[in-house]
Amino acid sequence: MPLLEVNNLSVAFARYAGGFQRRMEQAIVGLDLSVEAGEIVAVIGSSGSGKSLLAHAVLGILPGHAQVTGTIQYDGEPLNERRIAALRGNEIVLVPQSVSFLDPLQRVGAQVRTTARGTDPTATVRSVFKRLRLAEAVGRLFPFQLSGGMARRVLVSTAAVSAARLIVADEPTPGMQAEDVNETLSMLREMADKGSGVLLITHDIEAALRVADKVAVFYAGTTVELAKAADFAGDGSNLRHPYSRALWQALPRNGFKPLPGTQPSQDELPSGCLFAPRCPFATEACSAERPAIREVRGGWTRCFHAS
Amino acid sequence: MLLECRNLAYRYPGGPYVFLGVSLSVASGEAVGLIGPSGCGKTTLGRILAGYAAAAEGTVLLDGKPIPPKGYHPVQMVFQHPEKAVNPRWRLRRTLAESRMPEAAELRRLGIDEAWLDRWPHELSAGELQRICIARALGPRTRFLIADEMTAMLDAITQARIWHAVLAIAKERAIGMLVITHDRALAEAVCDRVVTWDRLSIG
Ligand code: SF4
Repeated sequence: MPLLEVNNLSVAFARYAGGFQRRMEQAIVGLDLSVEAGEIVAVIGSSGSGKSLLAHAVLGILPGHAQVTGTIQYDGEPLNERRIAALRGNEIVLVPQSVSFLDPLQRVGAQVRTTARGTDPTATVRSVFKRLRLAEAVGRLFPFQLSGGMARRVLVSTAAVSAARLIVADEPTPGMQAEDVNETLSMLREMADKGSGVLLITHDIEAALRVADKVAVFYAGTTVELAKAADFAGDGSNLRHPYSRALWQALPRNGFKPLPGTQPSQDELPSGCLFAPRCPFATEACSAERPAIREVRGGWTRCFHAS
Repeated sequence: MLLECRNLAYRYPGGPYVFLGVSLSVASGEAVGLIGPSGCGKTTLGRILAGYAAAAEGTVLLDGKPIPPKGYHPVQMVFQHPEKAVNPRWRLRRTLAESRMPEAAELRRLGIDEAWLDRWPHELSAGELQRICIARALGPRTRFLIADEMTAMLDAITQARIWHAVLAIAKERAIGMLVITHDRALAEAVCDRVVTWDRLSIG
């Protein structure tokens, strides 16, 4: 049984466009994903693909006006509002994208200690700070006093000191120095090796592939593919979805190919396959209907023509 | 044209040297990659070349002459975080028109949708905002461009699209580029030659 299972999740926001006009913005559209204990699942895709919103949906911190359908199960049971409130911060921990998630009026050391578990939380915090090259004095600072790279490391430390079973890391590495990126990734790997599940949200495919077991590729608010990390190799022919291949082949070392077109706007989604307007393999059937997610060669994809 | 620096050194007032003895040159139409660990002073070097900071020692020369401190700076810089490089209280049209309004064809080339110009910075994605910053930096009197981790925050497809457009424009207008990056594969894909920071400096 997966530790976290997201089925057919949709998140929409109403946007008021002046007067009584109301437009629905479909931020997440029929998203599926699962994380087993002991594994790192990386979520990759462009900005605006719904990656961060997924994190917020799992943690139960979407804004109040979000309309949510579908299911999120944790440990085999629905993760409803009451349950997530009880688990957040101890069993389920978020590494947020920005320090604005910290309490601005509390020193960061004290905040990190609140998630620390074990017999000696202070010692745990000290050893994690050391690994992330954070001086002890950093603990006495307030969030606004942290530099960009330092703030990232403090945010990562909140997860590393915890005994969380599920860690949701939302873009934990940008702006970090290379050594800190490596340390952060290896700490996430260690947490997974000790039995936690990790959802690693990132735009950096290469960083993700260094530690992930599986990769979920997001496009325009949906999962277009769930692949094994090892499928991202060579010319990308093991990948199942044309967008995953395009993303892989756009890396400088894989041909640096620029895919034309832009991601559709979330208030004007195409009625068929969300990738059809940019897909070199699109046929008429692709614009008529949304492809359902299905199993192909040991992974999952949302494409009529994948084989 | 040749942009060069000779024996540059930088330190914060009263502090130790961040770097010493840095010499480098970029010719018109040439793209030079600069690779090195973060925190070593690459960004500061870029800022000195673009006239945002002053060196403690050494000189920056354009065709053998110092760059006049007044007027449009012929060396423009694009930073890693576009949201920090634009005024959050200005609509983007105003930000873009600061030096001059680019022509529609040029905007299209960089993948800028004209509708974005009437929006606020927080309404655009990082990739969209970075395109605006690049268009602003590529004014008609720009001779050299310093790209400091310009696409490090972007997904691979957006990165590739932006670079293909910038390389084409730079080639046409013989703009020289210094590409500061941690990503060796990227430097090798976009540059004519690549230098490593530790070969440059004794810091
Ligand atoms: S369903 Fe059709 S349009 Fe969509 S990705 Fe597959 S081939 Fe392309």
